[in-house]
Amino acid sequence: MGTDRLQSTPLSQRLGGTLQSVFKLDPILLFFVALIAVIGVVAGYSAAEQSDAWVERSVVRLGLGFGLMLVIAQIPQRWFFAAAPWLFAMVVLMLVAVWLVGDMGGGARRWLDLGVIRFQPAELMKVAMPMTIAWFLARRPLPPGPLDVTVAMLAVMIPTVLIAGQPDLGSSLLIMASGLFVLFFAGLSWWYIGGFLALTAAAMPVMWFFVMHAYQKERVMTLLDPASDPLGAGYHTIQSMIAIGSGGIWGKGWLQGTQSHLDFLPEGTTDFILAVYAEEFGLMGLVLLFLLYLAVVWRGLWIAEHAESVEGRLLAASIAMTFMVYVLVNAGMVLGLLPVVGAPLPLLSYGGTALVTIMVGLGMLMSIRTQRSFLGHDR
Amino acid sequence: MLDRLHDHGRARRLFRRRILFAAAVSLLVVFTLLGRAAWLQIAQHEHYQAKAEKNRTRVVVLPPERGRIFDANGEVVADNVATYQVQITPEHSRDVDAELDLLARVLELDARSVEAIEERIRVSRRFDPVLIKTGLDEVERARVARLKPWLQGTEIVSSLKRVYPYQELLAHVVGYVGRINAEDVKRLDPDAYQGTQYVGKTGIERQYEDRLHGEPGYRVVEVDALGREVEVLETVRPVPGKDIALTIDVGLQGVAAAALGEYAGAVVAEDPRDGAIRAMVSRPSFDPNLFVDGISSKDYKRLLSDPDRPLYNRAVAATYPPGSTIKPVMGLAGMHYDLLDPEKPFFAGPYYQIPGNKHRYRDWRKWGHGWVDFKKSIYRSVDVYYYDLAYRMGIDRMHAFLTDFGLGHKTGVDLPGEASGLVPSREWKQRVKQQVWFPGETVIAGIGQGYMLSTILQLADMTSTLALSGVRHTPWLVAPVEGPRQPRARLELGSDDYWRRAREAMRAVVGHKRGTANKIEAPYPIAGKTGTAQVFSVAQDEEYDAEELARRLHDHALFVGFAPFDDPKLAVAVIAEHGGSGSGTAAPIARKVMDFWFDVTPDAEVQPEFSEYGD
Repeated sequence: MGTDRLQSTPLSQRLGGTLQSVFKLDPILLFFVALIAVIGVVAGYSAAEQSDAWVERSVVRLGLGFGLMLVIAQIPQRWFFAAAPWLFAMVVLMLVAVWLVGDMGGGARRWLDLGVIRFQPAELMKVAMPMTIAWFLARRPLPPGPLDVTVAMLAVMIPTVLIAGQPDLGSSLLIMASGLFVLFFAGLSWWYIGGFLALTAAAMPVMWFFVMHAYQKERVMTLLDPASDPLGAGYHTIQSMIAIGSGGIWGKGWLQGTQSHLDFLPEGTTDFILAVYAEEFGLMGLVLLFLLYLAVVWRGLWIAEHAESVEGRLLAASIAMTFMVYVLVNAGMVLGLLPVVGAPLPLLSYGGTALVTIMVGLGMLMSIRTQRSFLGHDR
Repeated sequence: MLDRLHDHGRARRLFRRRILFAAAVSLLVVFTLLGRAAWLQIAQHEHYQAKAEKNRTRVVVLPPERGRIFDANGEVVADNVATYQVQITPEHSRDVDAELDLLARVLELDARSVEAIEERIRVSRRFDPVLIKTGLDEVERARVARLKPWLQGTEIVSSLKRVYPYQELLAHVVGYVGRINAEDVKRLDPDAYQGTQYVGKTGIERQYEDRLHGEPGYRVVEVDALGREVEVLETVRPVPGKDIALTIDVGLQGVAAAALGEYAGAVVAEDPRDGAIRAMVSRPSFDPNLFVDGISSKDYKRLLSDPDRPLYNRAVAATYPPGSTIKPVMGLAGMHYDLLDPEKPFFAGPYYQIPGNKHRYRDWRKWGHGWVDFKKSIYRSVDVYYYDLAYRMGIDRMHAFLTDFGLGHKTGVDLPGEASGLVPSREWKQRVKQQVWFPGETVIAGIGQGYMLSTILQLADMTSTLALSGVRHTPWLVAPVEGPRQPRARLELGSDDYWRRAREAMRAVVGHKRGTANKIEAPYPIAGKTGTAQVFSVAQDEEYDAEELARRLHDHALFVGFAPFDDPKLAVAVIAEHGGSGSGTAAPIARKVMDFWFDVTPDAEVQPEFSEYGD
């Protein structure tokens, strides 16, 4: 493509180009993300018993989230990477501090009380982890040699173990995944990957007997037989599956979901919002939603593939796949495929911290996409 | 360099392959999820459709009945009584507003509560019942029942309410339950407390929450599209909480409370043979029934602002200087450390001076007691004798001995909120006040003043230990689930004869014609010790009523004692706040308690006086 590209391209593309270069955002990604957010508000309005106040609050939250995403998108990506190792070190220190003096809340030690705000360092680590591993590996010859892999693995495992011990198994697994994805995209040999998977499989019994808490085991057991615990975790699964199953192919229609409204589908606006949506919009609704999620992930991978810097490539790919994991864990839980863990569905679940983390990730994707044309053109 | 570039190219290709792989994996994930959804929504659709539309199953939690609490004789002191409440389920109602309107007229609801109900209906889910009124009487129930055709969404349900029939009398021991609040939710198991209204907040109700609560059951019911129950699929009955029997004897408790009369204060009666608490009175008291369904802010303010602090448990949570009641223990310590020969006469003048110091520590008797031996030092309560002993003993040994006796740390009674009291030491003063210990402080500690603080329960326990010559038990209110209670290690002194000496001296306090508590001499032999606690901390009044102020400057009257002397069956500790003298005020209270316990008709009848506090 030559220099006369601007003249020869259609208006829409030019507009996109302007958005991209002046406002530094990715219109394609923005489009998919916004569409998912709209679905979230529509489903949430129903789940929240048609509360206008809820819609207001949720629109305000989403607005702030999108604002944050756009702000992050304006930050040159090299700034992220310059800050990454320091942020990483700081969060590890905080995690140790949490471990020593953290505030107990709901039986877990997750918060650091800074007087003014209660603060959950694990959330920050979700951002810091992929950045730091990407920063580290991008400075070595790729694919990484054994020593680099070892160092990177250590950097992945230390925060993971600290967070798992809080205990916050859900967050620790997401964080570990985001780090391992970077290693994977850096070209970690399949031998290592196979070995790691084998090790994980071997560690399962150890986890079961020595690490997992009774309530976590209970949730896994519940998955096999939801009826065994009708008052506790199984209740969610049973109700959720009835809601989804009764929705059928076309759904019962917006605001018509009897199951989610009349019966107790707990956490209908948060972790189990997918069940409300699936009941009212049916399989077709789910196809649309999952395709949108897939579109976001693929666009993320595309951005990674077209990124200029190695670190940007690695980070973008990791963010995209971590997003995929979010969807998988939540939808797997709601569809009765995975144990009930408190995991939000990106952009649909109503909740503050999770939204912030996801928007930061998407903002970084946009930054990686747009901060690339100082040197060259599309390749 | 070329290698590096070549490598770079290789890494790039590798990355592209990995990206494609990831894209494929994410496609696979989406297919899996959609496949699962398709299975649920197509293959299983009819199954779930049936479940959802025709047979919506609903799990109804059946909360367990809370265990009841009895006294030692089987009198129920915390009971559950059925009450009826009326509630409305908006989903079942044809016209909620009309129904509410009708109910407001039938039940004579005022405008404010109607507003509150309307608000609750607005915010709650349509299938959740909203409470209209609790504690319905028969007339109200009949009226609602008759209007049933017009009250489709309304139903009357029964529930169990906690009731404390003895009201003020046992409030500090039994405690009370209250509605579960945000604070409680943090420490409770949410599954076990589904459907449960109450949780123990204080006293035995809180201490034995786990035993009293029981386990919830549930009923799985099918409901039709209108939400009506069609069929009960499964019922798991709740496991009711266990009943609890207290060691407390309500009769003795009543007598002890009445004997305290108008004084604020506390009485603790303990069986020295096993540590069972037979009475534990703290006055003034309050009606725990007020708290069960949430106390009104007016009542709560009244209780909190009462200068006599009725919510304060004076038996276990309040601390007072033990005063002269610790003299027998001081005497034991003197003998144990070979500082005191019980037969050796000691000249007790009007005051004591530390050698080389001008300060005069005065005896309570202006002109002194003259020559006294150990026995007389107890039954006349000679301060100078113990000033001298304390000075020679020093605070370190005093601290060690009194601590062994159970003072200065919690007794371990099975009640929440027990205070530990204080036996001062050098280390304590350095830590808390950042000051060195002065000998003068040892001197006044010797007669139970200064920094020394104890709870009335500790004094009762100390008296029990004296009564049984060193045999000690942890005081208790509820028997353990398994096995009998075991005594703690006996306190061993240099000679068992020391115990006899101390006990006989205490016997003389009541038995000797010049004993300070001679007036309470009874048909059964009582041993004891009087005391006064100097008032210095409770004077926190805002109002300056001269008469009231004068009363509040009076010392607290103390008495500890046990009976019968030869075969102790009851140890009693009494404090009457601002009662003046232990001999004049506290000792007669103890006598009345003992009279009741030993079934003796006293010279002067104890008048029951519940009118002031009663319903």
